[in-house]
Amino acid sequence: MTYFSDVAALARKDLLLELRARDTLPAMLLFVVSTLVVFHFVLPADSSDLAAAGLLWVALLFTALLGLSRSFAAEREQGVIDGLVLAPSDRSAIWVGKAVSILAFLVLAEVIALPAYALFFRPVGGALVAGVALADVGIAAVGTLLAAMATASRARELLLPLLFLPLAIPIVVGGVGASVADDPARYLGFLGLYDALFAIICWASFEYVVTE
Amino acid sequence: MIHARALEKRYGDKPILRGVELDVGTHDFLLVTGPNGSGKTTLLRLCAGLAAPTRGELEISVERGRLGYVGHEPLVYRELTALENLELYGRLYRVPERRERIGMLLERFGLWDARHARAGSFSRGMLQRLALSRALLHEPELLILDEPYSGLDNEGAALLDRELAARTDDAAFVVATHDPQRIERFASARLSLA
Repeated sequence: MTYFSDVAALARKDLLLELRARDTLPAMLLFVVSTLVVFHFVLPADSSDLAAAGLLWVALLFTALLGLSRSFAAEREQGVIDGLVLAPSDRSAIWVGKAVSILAFLVLAEVIALPAYALFFRPVGGALVAGVALADVGIAAVGTLLAAMATASRARELLLPLLFLPLAIPIVVGGVGASVADDPARYLGFLGLYDALFAIICWASFEYVVTE
Repeated sequence: MIHARALEKRYGDKPILRGVELDVGTHDFLLVTGPNGSGKTTLLRLCAGLAAPTRGELEISVERGRLGYVGHEPLVYRELTALENLELYGRLYRVPERRERIGMLLERFGLWDARHARAGSFSRGMLQRLALSRALLHEPELLILDEPYSGLDNEGAALLDRELAARTDDAAFVVATHDPQRIERFASARLSLA
């Protein structure tokens, strides 16, 4: 129970910081909506579902990247990561707490992004929503670990996309497949497997990322 | 509590510490001195478990939760209030009777009236007082303090003197300072880094 109370305290802290500073979520919302507006004018009216879904996933991925790049800003700028690392709680709780808060930001961004997609492109089906939900878990899991790795580097703005985008390719493949395939279950299962696999890897390896 | 032999730390090719030997037992007070760049902060980070040595032997027998650390940064969130910061650490350190303990420390360090103010609005001295409150919150057995008087006014420094005097029988200390005269009387061992 103490593990989950640590996670809850850390996630609550991140949400409170965002509520006060408002430097991540507004940027994500603005970015995803403006990207979809631009794509709306770029994409020909007679383009395929696949093209529209592909653009949605590009928008979601880069929106996530924007949020991830800010995710450890407070810890980096104020050196607080040392304080969290020194606490007796399991260090993976830091990763879980941060991933939960990133997941919350992603969901909030998508609450706006999916209706905007429906307005500009195609109706949003259940398979697309399920795909986005599963993709969010994978993005939060992998992205949090990589953001923690990148934050220790001076070239963090360059390093995070370089590390994250290759690992996010399976998410895009699964997400686009779930959005347009006649049988989305296979792609949703693939996304679920990706989430489970990478969540375990990231959970187990976070400790080594935050200690010198 | 801390046992180090032939301790060495390098960042890339640059040696920061070389051949450091130290033993810190229960209730010892190790005073670490040396000029800028001599590796005091690096040594304290090694002792706190925040960094790993490049070579040599380092044993720290204190559990992470029984260690208090004050570094160059106060390790608090600027967007959270003093109370919220200590609440967070109190939860993570599983401090019993957390509210009472936080209230007592805020009162003692003269931050009670500013408890609802964000740490970002604090002066350097107030941040240092908050950092000291954070480090003492869980009543650590080992206190590692890097320039603990930094930013403190006369009143704050006198307060820290009293805290150190009151705790020397209950805890071990590793303290790095540029002003060794101030805490010389507490020291049971000295380490001068070149």
